[in-house]
Amino acid sequence: MTDHVLTYMTFFPLAGMGVVLLLPRERHDLIRWVSALFTLPPLLLAVWLYGHFDPTKPGLQFIEKFRWIPDYNIAYFVGVDGLSISMVLLTALLCFLCIFASWGIDKAVKGYFALFLLLDTGMMGVFVALDFFLFYIFWELMLLPMYFLIGIWGGPRREYAAIKFFLYTLLGSVLMLLAILALYFSSEPYTFDMTVLIAQNTKYGTAALPFWPFDRLGWGFQHVVWMALFIGFAIKIPAFPFHTWLPDAHVEAPTAISVILAGVLLKMGTYGIMRINFPMLPAATAELAYYFLAALGTWNIIYGALCAMAQTDFKKLVAYSSVSHMGYVMLGMASFTSQGINGAVLQMFNHGTITGMLFLMVGVIYDRAHHREVDGFGGLAAVMPVYTGVSALALFASMGLPGLSGFISEVLVLLGAWQKYPILTVLGASGVVLTAGYFLWTIQRVFLGPVNEKYKTLPEINGRELFTLVPLGIIVIILGVYPNAILDLLRSSLDELNRTVIPYLS
Amino acid sequence: MDLSNLESLQFFYPEFVLAGTILFLIVLDLIVADKRWLAACAFLGCLLSLWATLDLYGSPEGWLFHRMIVLDNFSLFFKVIPLVAALLVIWISFGCREIREIHLGEYYAILLTSSLGMFFMASSSNLLMAYLSLELVSLTSYILTGSLPRNRRSSEAALKYLIYGGVASGTMIYGMSWVFGITGSLDYARISEVLAHAQVNRLSLFIAFVLILAGFGYKVVFVPFHMWSPDVYQGAPTPITAFLSVGSNAAGVAIMIRFFFPAVSRLGDQGNWLFLTGVEWPHFLLFLSMVTMTVGNLCALNQQNVKRLLAYSGIAHAGYILMGLVVLNNEGLKAMLLYIVVYLIMNVGAFLVVVIVANATGREDIEGYRGLAWRGAAIPAVCMAIFLFSLTGLPPLAGFVGKFFLFAAAIREEFYFLAVVAIINSVISLYYYAGIVKTMFMDQPNPADQKVDMSANESALLGVLSSLTVVFGVYWGPLVRYTSESLRFFLK
Repeated sequence: MTDHVLTYMTFFPLAGMGVVLLLPRERHDLIRWVSALFTLPPLLLAVWLYGHFDPTKPGLQFIEKFRWIPDYNIAYFVGVDGLSISMVLLTALLCFLCIFASWGIDKAVKGYFALFLLLDTGMMGVFVALDFFLFYIFWELMLLPMYFLIGIWGGPRREYAAIKFFLYTLLGSVLMLLAILALYFSSEPYTFDMTVLIAQNTKYGTAALPFWPFDRLGWGFQHVVWMALFIGFAIKIPAFPFHTWLPDAHVEAPTAISVILAGVLLKMGTYGIMRINFPMLPAATAELAYYFLAALGTWNIIYGALCAMAQTDFKKLVAYSSVSHMGYVMLGMASFTSQGINGAVLQMFNHGTITGMLFLMVGVIYDRAHHREVDGFGGLAAVMPVYTGVSALALFASMGLPGLSGFISEVLVLLGAWQKYPILTVLGASGVVLTAGYFLWTIQRVFLGPVNEKYKTLPEINGRELFTLVPLGIIVIILGVYPNAILDLLRSSLDELNRTVIPYLS
Repeated sequence: MDLSNLESLQFFYPEFVLAGTILFLIVLDLIVADKRWLAACAFLGCLLSLWATLDLYGSPEGWLFHRMIVLDNFSLFFKVIPLVAALLVIWISFGCREIREIHLGEYYAILLTSSLGMFFMASSSNLLMAYLSLELVSLTSYILTGSLPRNRRSSEAALKYLIYGGVASGTMIYGMSWVFGITGSLDYARISEVLAHAQVNRLSLFIAFVLILAGFGYKVVFVPFHMWSPDVYQGAPTPITAFLSVGSNAAGVAIMIRFFFPAVSRLGDQGNWLFLTGVEWPHFLLFLSMVTMTVGNLCALNQQNVKRLLAYSGIAHAGYILMGLVVLNNEGLKAMLLYIVVYLIMNVGAFLVVVIVANATGREDIEGYRGLAWRGAAIPAVCMAIFLFSLTGLPPLAGFVGKFFLFAAAIREEFYFLAVVAIINSVISLYYYAGIVKTMFMDQPNPADQKVDMSANESALLGVLSSLTVVFGVYWGPLVRYTSESLRFFLK
């Protein structure tokens, strides 16, 4: 059992999909409970993994490796290190909670939960895969269910949002496929094994490419491959200017899918950059990521915050706040300092939990009022006090109030970045003020002020909704007080990662 | 091995079985009243011929009929492909409402004759034989396309096909006469020998090859020889469209590879083919490939008819397949063979769904697919989505594996620009494939739309094809091994 823990975590939901497909179509409750049943074991295993992971070792643990297609040196190769284990924990937790957040879906329930479970497998697979081919399969596997989940169960403009999401991400991932092939044919012997590709990272040359019309920039092989991978990941983050799919997709997706999108999918972009770009192409990283990535991150922080401030749709506001918060991750990891990169990964985890809460609370109010206009409410604190309390926790965590988890990671990022980019850090820190600005303004408009007569009789948040929000709230508070619960996992792996890049920084 | 006429017969039984079946079908048509017997008989004949073909694996390679045709793994592979296509098409035709008005005796007999022509296309080792077999396939294709009685579209398509085909084969035979004039022989092995040793004017050879490529390109559907394909795809009965889209395409690829590789190039020691040094042949093909895929995809974007859309997507796929030719090595050729197998599965699958929908509603326009998933046809809709996403090249579906190997071949030889153009094309193609998926799943059906249901034999075939699409997407080791084995030419 313990030898294959990652495989179980990845494929339990897929087995659940098979079971759900066999269930009769009209037994809605049965389908929901079976889906919950199949996402629970990955969560329990994640807790077990958390207990048994040795944080002092920088290398990979819980490795499983089987030959899959030996003719081409493709293996089923999974494992976790400090970087991926935090994401695995987050994925397992959010997927379990999102099953309950999807309880209200009543259109083609069977299809919804089957696709959701497929999505779960894809996401888990991306974070544990260590074979490039396997990684790509899982990466693309997520796209199909996501397209249908947004496109069938989404809001009024769902078709547009779904195809936009699909086209953007496919463009990114096919670029990534070319980069994967280019790396495969540069390795010796040909392999997709990420650990081997990383070990050979001094081999990938910088010679100019033949048949390549764009050689004005003086880019060689490494640079082009780095950029192809980076664009693939930047679309997922989403980094400016590839972010325009995000507000559409987040707003149109059903609540649980928005949580998954913001909580897990966005992290894949930054995860990929740290897992692949940094260690595999360190020379190009030092040249291209230094300053460029940090500046892009800072721009994301400010641009996202300003866009969020201008929104009147609550969900769109939260979506743009994600763009802003992912900027901290980019700024932190581009600093190549211990605080910066640890803070970045902690921010990824925290953003997953906090944004998850934000989308869930927007979903709660939308289910009751059937609209999301920030200006259309007012005085909800008097009508729904418990809901207001939980929402305030999420909003304050998101704006970085000390004592809550968002504060720690943002401070770490800024501390790390200050050592390399003082000006960008100052600009980035001003994003905190902007964030406080739009969230406080939101709290004022939605929860405070005179009670809106129309919503006087809104029912209080129910038990199921609390069940999805409270665990995340507890984690937000715990990590705000004791961040080492996650930081301890990360530190040795990330410092090791830093050490591969630092020698190339001039 | 160079066998005389009589000796050759012992390695010729797949063709015999097929020819016998064709004659038997014509007689049977006069005798039986229930025409379903014809389909059964044709199916059985194909099955027997397939068994005979598989039986030939492992027999010695060599020339048959005084070096007219050649027996090797490559030709066997390209006999299996049209046979499988014919089997699938006969199965689809069985329940297809559209072809009920056709004289089925002729229909099945000509279908098998076309397959027989494809056999010869794959195995001819003489320019004369190549020309004759290509014409046999063309003539039967014209008849099949025009076989819908009292249907103007079908007749128009057949005429268009005929005129384009006439021009293309005329151009080709003119090019062949240049080759004959330069080398003094029609025999592939002899041509290869002359080209290797004698000083030959490169430019005149280049012109000859371009002219010949026109004839082949018309079968494989390259730009600018693609004009016939949308009309023919739309006008022909759907099972025939499916047959032409995979069979004719595969046979064209076969004859093209056979001529341009074993006949006129020399195999280097690293699996690369030395071809016409001094002429920018790869760049010519590269340009052709990029233009073909781009034109196909851009034209497909605005199509309202599913068959027409699949015609343009077929042009785009011909462009992808051509990528394997650009790199001039065995890896590229293997990728082409693999792509043909994968394309056969997913394209026939897509046409099967077209037949199912047309049987129930009589419609072939995309609007007719509105809300298909909610009209009692969830399974065909899901299968169609699988086939279309496989055509796009998304993992874990078979189409991805096909594209993966083509891209790999291009990247390995550092044709980065070609690879980038190809992936951008993949993204463009997603838009129109996903457009159909959107119509099936995300649009609500009109109240007037009929329910769609399918017969047991259709659902069985649908199940087989869609599961193959998924299985080959996840576990493709055996498939790759088979296509690698198939890339064995008998040279001398």
